[in-house]
Amino acid sequence: MTEKPTMIAFQDVHKYYGDYHALRGITATIRAGEFFSLLGPSGCGKTTLLRTIAGFEGISSGAVMIDERNMAGVPANQRPTNMVFQSYAIFPHLTVGENVGFGLRRAGLSKPELATRVGEALEMVGLKGYGDRAAHALSGGQRQRVALARALILKPKVLLLDEPLSALDKKMREQMQVELIRLQRQVGITFILVTHDQEEALVMSDRIAVMFEGEITQLADPETLYRRPNSRKVANFIGTMNFLPAMILAEGAGKIEVEAKGFGKLTLDAEQAPGGGQASAEGAAIGFRPETLTILFDGQTASDRETMAVIEEVVYFGDMTYYDVKLDGCDAPVRISMRNVFGRPVLDIGTRTRVAWSPGALVLFR
Amino acid sequence: MKGGWFKVYAIGYLVFLYAPIILLPMFAFNDATIIAFPLTGFSTRWFEEMLDKPALTIAVKNSLFIAVTASILSTTLGIFAARASTRYQFPMKAGLMGLIMLPLVLPEIIVAVSLLVVLLGLGVSLSLWTVILGHVLICTPFCIAILSSAFQSLDQSLEEAAYDLGETAASTFRLIILPLVMPGIISSLLISFTISLDEFIIAFFLAGTEPTLPVYIFSQFRFPQAVPVIMALGTVLVVLSIVLLTIAEYFRRRGIAKSGGKDTGGFL
Repeated sequence: MTEKPTMIAFQDVHKYYGDYHALRGITATIRAGEFFSLLGPSGCGKTTLLRTIAGFEGISSGAVMIDERNMAGVPANQRPTNMVFQSYAIFPHLTVGENVGFGLRRAGLSKPELATRVGEALEMVGLKGYGDRAAHALSGGQRQRVALARALILKPKVLLLDEPLSALDKKMREQMQVELIRLQRQVGITFILVTHDQEEALVMSDRIAVMFEGEITQLADPETLYRRPNSRKVANFIGTMNFLPAMILAEGAGKIEVEAKGFGKLTLDAEQAPGGGQASAEGAAIGFRPETLTILFDGQTASDRETMAVIEEVVYFGDMTYYDVKLDGCDAPVRISMRNVFGRPVLDIGTRTRVAWSPGALVLFR
Repeated sequence: MKGGWFKVYAIGYLVFLYAPIILLPMFAFNDATIIAFPLTGFSTRWFEEMLDKPALTIAVKNSLFIAVTASILSTTLGIFAARASTRYQFPMKAGLMGLIMLPLVLPEIIVAVSLLVVLLGLGVSLSLWTVILGHVLICTPFCIAILSSAFQSLDQSLEEAAYDLGETAASTFRLIILPLVMPGIISSLLISFTISLDEFIIAFFLAGTEPTLPVYIFSQFRFPQAVPVIMALGTVLVVLSIVLLTIAEYFRRRGIAKSGGKDTGGFL
């Protein structure tokens, strides 16, 4: 697959609000046709960054390029972007059709042309025949669709979505996630989504930028982010990560020699320490996801390594069971998640059991 | 009886509020010069007499001119101030807004006297326009208070959305902001119109030779035979006020229904 061309480029973007440093040197590129997410806790600057693309926020230094054009001095109403707002910002005094067609007011279309375009846009978001309804009488999900149709009707190069699903209930949110992915594939333009919901970002995005305190901490595809987070912050923000104290013994030739409590001496690939940085003997940690450890039942054998553990806590979730265990030689509790299988019992607290693990699933943090 | 005393209190309160207003038409249609019970008979002659007074007609015209002009000016000023205070951050904002709102609590007589001194000092001759000036001064804080809440309830992303969809700041104001704050603007016009129409002290000090309606009414009380005519005039004013309020409330509710907002309480 050839690399898609760059649609948006941030070049060392800084933003100050008075003394407050909201964006601290953002450098990143977003490719054309990509579903890109800005993920982070509230106050990390993700919405501010999105608004610098839309033109609602100026930047203090650096450059924002859209389609190879520097956006400095280009006002929001002349940028090739359209936005879906967190509150949807549906004009309450207009009908659904008038809302959707609002951006075409200046296009000088004839009435039938306008009606056709509005009809097409509404059909695309599954609201065919809703044109004459009053906008304020719509449900949350319908407003969301109107906001999408209104933004997409202008055929922007980039669609910006500011936490568009946060106001919806869980079911509706999951439905809209699927629909947004479908829409993005259908129209093929760049979607940039701001969200604080890691699951949403993982489900929908081609690539994700994880932001903390005005900086992009890691930018990668969902699988890399989940499997190889480059810092404890990212690891904790996306999913659950177990940490065990570790010591770096030796390093070189693409290999790192470590000693970790509960796992003993290990040789890891350099790729398993995505954070990089200087080798420090103290304060390093080994991280792994709860599902990378497996409790072995009678007759099962480990495909890689095996150790003993005692079950300290059991949390039953129906399809899953979470076990908090202590590995032999390690006092820190470790969480293991197991998919429940018919006919297999849920183990009791205090049970001594064998646990299978694999060095390849571990991540080293320094 | 549970709640019995509350009922008595509520009825007593309503009587206190409305008895004087009910007495107004009773004596306006009573066939006697003296304002006292028992009523002597039905008559519309006070209304006929009222229409016969050219001085009254002039006073009504003056008052209407002042009230309409003052309400439009103060609402316009109010729109600017409310927009600035809700949408923009600027240095000394709290202090400035406080100063603008001050006339709300300043005794009118102080405003009237100081305005008179300043105007005379500047050599401005008193006219209807000096009254309008005074009325704009006292009406504007009310307009700002009403309009601020209207602008406050406006979601800022509505503006951004319009801007994002290609509109300019001016067309966004016309297409989005203005229609959505229209109920507030109507309320503001109505309140300032009412305040100006029955304002006495400033009008008395600043009107020069042209009396407004309240000033005219006050002057008529020197003549006992004029009192029933005043009653008739009062009746007309009450009816007009009710009609005006009803119209305003109709537009306000229609505005809310159209924009799907929550009814946060109006005048009626």
